Amino acid sequence: MNAPHSAPGSSSPLTPSQWGMLAFLFSEVAFFTTLIVVYISYLHRDGVGHGPTPAEVLSLPLVIGTTICLLSSSFVIHLAERALDRQRQSTFCLLWFATIVLGLAFLLGTAYEWRELIERHGLTIGRNLFGTTFYTLVGFHGLHVTVGVIVMLVVLGLALRRRVTRDNQIGVQLVSWYWHFVDAVWVAVFTVVYLVGR
Amino acid sequence: MAVAEPRRELASPSWTAALHDWVTTVDHKKIGILYVVMAVVFLVIGGCEALLIRWQLLVPRSDFLGPDTFNQLFTMHGTTMVFFMGMPILIGMGNYLVPLMIGARDMAFPRLNALGFWATLFGGLLVYFSFATGGAPAIGWFAYAPLTERTFSRSPATDLWALGLIVSGVGTTTAAINFIATILGMRAPGMALRKVPFFVWTMLWTSVQIAIALPPLTAILIMIVFDRNLGAHFFDTQNGGSALLWQHLFWFFGHPEVYILILPVFGMVTEVIPVFSRKVLFGYEFMAAATMAIAFISLGVWAHHMFCVGMSRTQDIYFAVASLLVSIPTGIKFFNWLATMYGGRISMASPMLFACGFLSMFLIGGLTGIMLAATPFDFQLSDSYFVVGHFHWVLIGGTLFGTFAGIHYWYPKVTGRMLSERLARWQFWLLYIGFIVTFGAMHISGFLGMPRRIYTYEVSRGWEFLNQLTTVGALIQAPSFLIFVYNVVWSYWKGRPAGDDPWDAWTLEWGTTSPPPSYNFAAIPTVRSRRPLWDLKHPDDPDWKYE
Repeated sequence: MNAPHSAPGSSSPLTPSQWGMLAFLFSEVAFFTTLIVVYISYLHRDGVGHGPTPAEVLSLPLVIGTTICLLSSSFVIHLAERALDRQRQSTFCLLWFATIVLGLAFLLGTAYEWRELIERHGLTIGRNLFGTTFYTLVGFHGLHVTVGVIVMLVVLGLALRRRVTRDNQIGVQLVSWYWHFVDAVWVAVFTVVYLVGR
Repeated sequence: MAVAEPRRELASPSWTAALHDWVTTVDHKKIGILYVVMAVVFLVIGGCEALLIRWQLLVPRSDFLGPDTFNQLFTMHGTTMVFFMGMPILIGMGNYLVPLMIGARDMAFPRLNALGFWATLFGGLLVYFSFATGGAPAIGWFAYAPLTERTFSRSPATDLWALGLIVSGVGTTTAAINFIATILGMRAPGMALRKVPFFVWTMLWTSVQIAIALPPLTAILIMIVFDRNLGAHFFDTQNGGSALLWQHLFWFFGHPEVYILILPVFGMVTEVIPVFSRKVLFGYEFMAAATMAIAFISLGVWAHHMFCVGMSRTQDIYFAVASLLVSIPTGIKFFNWLATMYGGRISMASPMLFACGFLSMFLIGGLTGIMLAATPFDFQLSDSYFVVGHFHWVLIGGTLFGTFAGIHYWYPKVTGRMLSERLARWQFWLLYIGFIVTFGAMHISGFLGMPRRIYTYEVSRGWEFLNQLTTVGALIQAPSFLIFVYNVVWSYWKGRPAGDDPWDAWTLEWGTTSPPPSYNFAAIPTVRSRRPLWDLKHPDDPDWKYE
């Protein structure tokens, strides 16, 4: 957020930090695409008797719940951004906090899902190809959600000290772009793992 | 830019203060120098590994190294040259030059820039740390599965290899993000994207390629770490993992990688040739479009490394045709370089000498590339010394000669001193001749059936003379690198003072002092054409009237 802004008179439509975030997310697309390609390549490749299959163990109702949390958080963070733009500081803090809660709810849901998978179904990363690819793909997405929650907590701490204002809203915007991206990745993961792949 | 340089009034700061300065610097020029110094150190290390390999192959049935050490050496040689020499030297030169060329005061994210460098360096140290654990990895630089699984490579060397490349790969990716943000967001007023110096344009597209190709490599290296340490089965063929998938994913990174290693060099040569021909670059727009075309086509050609693995006929044909397509934009570039030189007042100073070395050698490397892109030809010569000769021809004849052109061109800007022309000529001719002897002979031994990566061979195969020729060529090249290092060090203190603009060049970096101040430009210049310095020098006949 300390990055110098465009030179005056420069014709760039975005600031360098915005370009930087876009480039970063672009590289993240390449990363997740690789994980998804590997997931699809190994889908249904476990032989009979080689541990649980997706259809046997993945619980759709739970995941639909966590998905609703994550998708609605994208909407809430957008409202938070708008509140900051209109200089409604306390509304911003409240909505920002709500985004964090929704992100945490998603993570808790995933934690519960994983506990069930490990303890009830015995599906670990070493059990079969499904376990290997499932935990890697969903785990890396979860890691990104976790990083997002931590960054948002930092912003919340700054905002409560009145250090986040309309003047530095680009930083807030970049966090929100990241969060939208994490959501978009989940849409892809949800479609591949829980809808098509079951 | 982000931190004010502490003013040191002392004439020469103590060495601890200087060290502290270099370790904590966020100045793009110092980070650029650090990258290049790191790359040259790894170049010497990787070169020594190559010499050991060549000494082992000098005579048949040699017991100089033995098979295990031999496998470790060619793995480390390849890994070092690609990840710790090739990419860092280009990223370092980009770091130094891009902000200067676009009239900016630093990169977009100076601290991220420092992080990128230190991650790259420590990634390299992590890979080399494997020697201390009982031996380097012996998996080859493309680490085919399932050789990387714990069943087949039991020592921690393979883990260190994967972890080191993950760390340095993250560093490289941050550098690419930084370049994209800098080039797209921080150009001087008036410098539209159509007016950027050509080197900047190629750095932009290299960065895009890095951002697309490096994260998949990081992902598959993480899979190796999971396989080896968590018992996952990604590339574990006994439990359903696929060795073929590793090849596809590795080469999806690996093929763009060779263009990552050549596009910035195209940029450097494209800066050098017009200045030393005293002409405007011929066909800037076509050159720019050809760069983009190469960047995109190269993302769809990876499986030409895998013809022998047994893909379907359709795939074979697609990948052959796509690979052949690359020769069209590359050919456009070649003819534009030649057309730029045509009718010019050519001066054969050292940068131009290396640029001509690049032109002649990269052409041949490109032609053998076309041969290998033809599937039936590749069936015959895949994994032979012909392939080894081919890619060294493009990487040394292309990347290295072009990089040397750039280093000889910009050294006066970085240090304020000229390199010795006499030493540069010795360096050039030793490298040129040694290189042709080494890798020319490899093409022929490949035709005669010598496979790559064998640690020895029988007398009866008739490869003896060619291998001796290759080793002699390597021994001719070795002093060339020593002369280069000596020249760079000696000229730093004893070289002729260069002045700000020794080549009478046209891009912005020559408009500031040599070496440039930490803030680069006292006033941010306004740009009206592709040759802003020409406009300044010739106000009566500026370029922007014609562009």
